[in-house]
Amino acid sequence: MADGWLKVATEVDGAVRLQAGGHWDARNVTRLDQHLRGLQPTNGAAVILDLAQVERLDTAGAWLLYRTRRQVRARGGQADYAGLTPAHEAMLDQVAANDRPVEMEPPRQPALLAVLGRVGDGTVDVMIEARQQIGFLGLLLVTLAGTLRHPRRLRLVPLVYHMEKVGFNALPIVGLISFLIGVVLAYQGAAQLQRFGAEIFVVNLIAVSVLREIAILLTAIVVAGRSGSAFTAEIGSMVVNEEVDAMRTLGLDPMEVLVLPRVLALVLTLPLLAFFADMMGLFGGMLMCWGVLEISPALFLERLQDAVSPWSFWVGIIKAPFFAFLIAMVGCLEGLRVTRSAESVGQQTTRSVVTGIFLVIVVDAMFSIFFAAVGV
Amino acid sequence: MAEPQDPIIRVRGLRTQFGDQVVHQDLDLDVRGGEILGIVGGSGTGKSVLLRTIIGLNRPAAGRIEVFGKDLAAVTPAERLAVEQRWGVLFQDGALFSSLTVAQNIEVPMKEHLDMPARLRDEIAALKIAMVGLPPEAGSKYPSELSGGMRKRAGLARSLALDPDLIFLDEPTSGLDPIGAANFDQLIRRLQINLGLTVFMVTHDLDSLHAICDRIALLAEKHILVIGRMADMLRHEHPWVHEYFHGPRARAARPNNEEAGG
Ligand SMILES: Nc1ncnc2c1ncn2[C@@H]1O[C@H](COP(=O)(O)OP(=O)(O)OP(=O)(O)O)[C@@H](O)[C@H]1O
Ligand SMILES: [Mg+2]
Repeated sequence: MADGWLKVATEVDGAVRLQAGGHWDARNVTRLDQHLRGLQPTNGAAVILDLAQVERLDTAGAWLLYRTRRQVRARGGQADYAGLTPAHEAMLDQVAANDRPVEMEPPRQPALLAVLGRVGDGTVDVMIEARQQIGFLGLLLVTLAGTLRHPRRLRLVPLVYHMEKVGFNALPIVGLISFLIGVVLAYQGAAQLQRFGAEIFVVNLIAVSVLREIAILLTAIVVAGRSGSAFTAEIGSMVVNEEVDAMRTLGLDPMEVLVLPRVLALVLTLPLLAFFADMMGLFGGMLMCWGVLEISPALFLERLQDAVSPWSFWVGIIKAPFFAFLIAMVGCLEGLRVTRSAESVGQQTTRSVVTGIFLVIVVDAMFSIFFAAVGV
Repeated sequence: MAEPQDPIIRVRGLRTQFGDQVVHQDLDLDVRGGEILGIVGGSGTGKSVLLRTIIGLNRPAAGRIEVFGKDLAAVTPAERLAVEQRWGVLFQDGALFSSLTVAQNIEVPMKEHLDMPARLRDEIAALKIAMVGLPPEAGSKYPSELSGGMRKRAGLARSLALDPDLIFLDEPTSGLDPIGAANFDQLIRRLQINLGLTVFMVTHDLDSLHAICDRIALLAEKHILVIGRMADMLRHEHPWVHEYFHGPRARAARPNNEEAGG
């Protein structure tokens, strides 16, 4: 590839002649730039920028020449081009016409201030988010009430579609996790209880912990990771594409079209998933008891009936629709909070999963207190 | 104006298809060095697909494409990279990287391909920003904070970052205001004169076609139906061509001097 070059010569009258030649283009400017910056400022002497031997001049090369002339002139010196062809002249004119200050970076703050600013922003953001969640909850309930009054407005096809996606398609992973947890509980419980000769109580341990807490909690966490994030990403990409805005202008209510089917789908399917998780957890525990403790399945089932009241089962299942509502609501809200960039979709998706799981656990604790108080 | 020489882009017997839908069939096209070629055609005739196929984003089902004399299907990755540095592409809606500011977007190719110091990079990026007519405060903005027309200009600035020999423009003036569009035409013209730039431009803008295109290629019926100067287009008999260049909008856009010739 052809090179660009620069020669410096002093004329008889004391003027400095910068003779440029070859290819003054983007590929060569790095070297030429160093060369030019390395030149000593000439005090008072006139500078001639001689382009007679330049074969190729692009905007980058023209910029260097123009910048040199500007610098010399700014110091009060005299600088002129020489040997210009009309094409070079046009190029240099174009560069000159576009020399103006441009803001290159968003304004920066001092580090300490920036840290404080971020803490403040974060705090305010949490407050805003909490307020938005409450507002969104209200909006969602109003939409729900409206739909209950006019059931025809309910969008059945999306509802069924989302039920399949969040419910049916989650069966394998939810089942597998619950089964394994049942196995682990049985194994760990057996190791401890065997020391007291109380192996048979493993059944109580498994039944109560799986039915009341573990199955539903794990299911909710898996679903928050699987479906809460999917809701946010789907709705968020639609916001980026201005699809949600388009929907509004077409008289479609995003709450009704996007949010309600997702929330209802999850509220309807999470209890079923929780039931499935219960069964798989017990099944895992039962297999383990049989293999390790020689408690036969028949004995296990008999013991199970004595050990748990129906309430143990219902305590788990009752929580499911509440958890589902929280996860779906947070997922949809974070999706709608996406701004018009791809990056924000990622941020809000992370947020939706974290907030969803956090709220599920907080509400689970509240349920525990409530159930303890009412004595079930 | 371009002296006879090997074409910069040579397409022979191109066929592209998506599933069963054949978009191009037996398409031949030569783009000469130093010319501004306007590609016109109805919506959905495959102008964007042709552009994407030439730059290698779409794999043709059959045919041969040479750019700068190299068959892009058969080059080594290093050769391909060298070719890619010699062209710039402006996509139909800018295609800026959303996590970078406009200035950073323009600096991406410079950073990637040229070993430039940051200061010079900033200077040249600022120059490009001014050149495409973006306001000074645009440099520090993110694409999501820009209007559609501004995104397009920023995309153009990025495609010009390396001062390429060949640029591909997909509907560059759509979404620009008329003054901006005219400035844009002039900018392209000037770059083309000063740099010997070759321009492959998909456009619906009749003003651009009149103002700056050396030749026009009309894509219809899955191939290049006609290619030639504006005067040839105006004389052409094909009904669609006639409608395109003699419709009400075409009459409004046509400068008076060409009226006589038509
Ligand atoms: N990725 C793709 N998959 C399937 N079909 C495609 C794909 N991209 C384009 N097409 C089809 O190819 C045809 C040509 O599309 P193209 O985008 O090239 O149109 P165009 O001429 O650029 O139109 P416009 O003027 O509206 O931009 C269209 O029928 C389109 O449906
Ligand atoms: Mg197109």
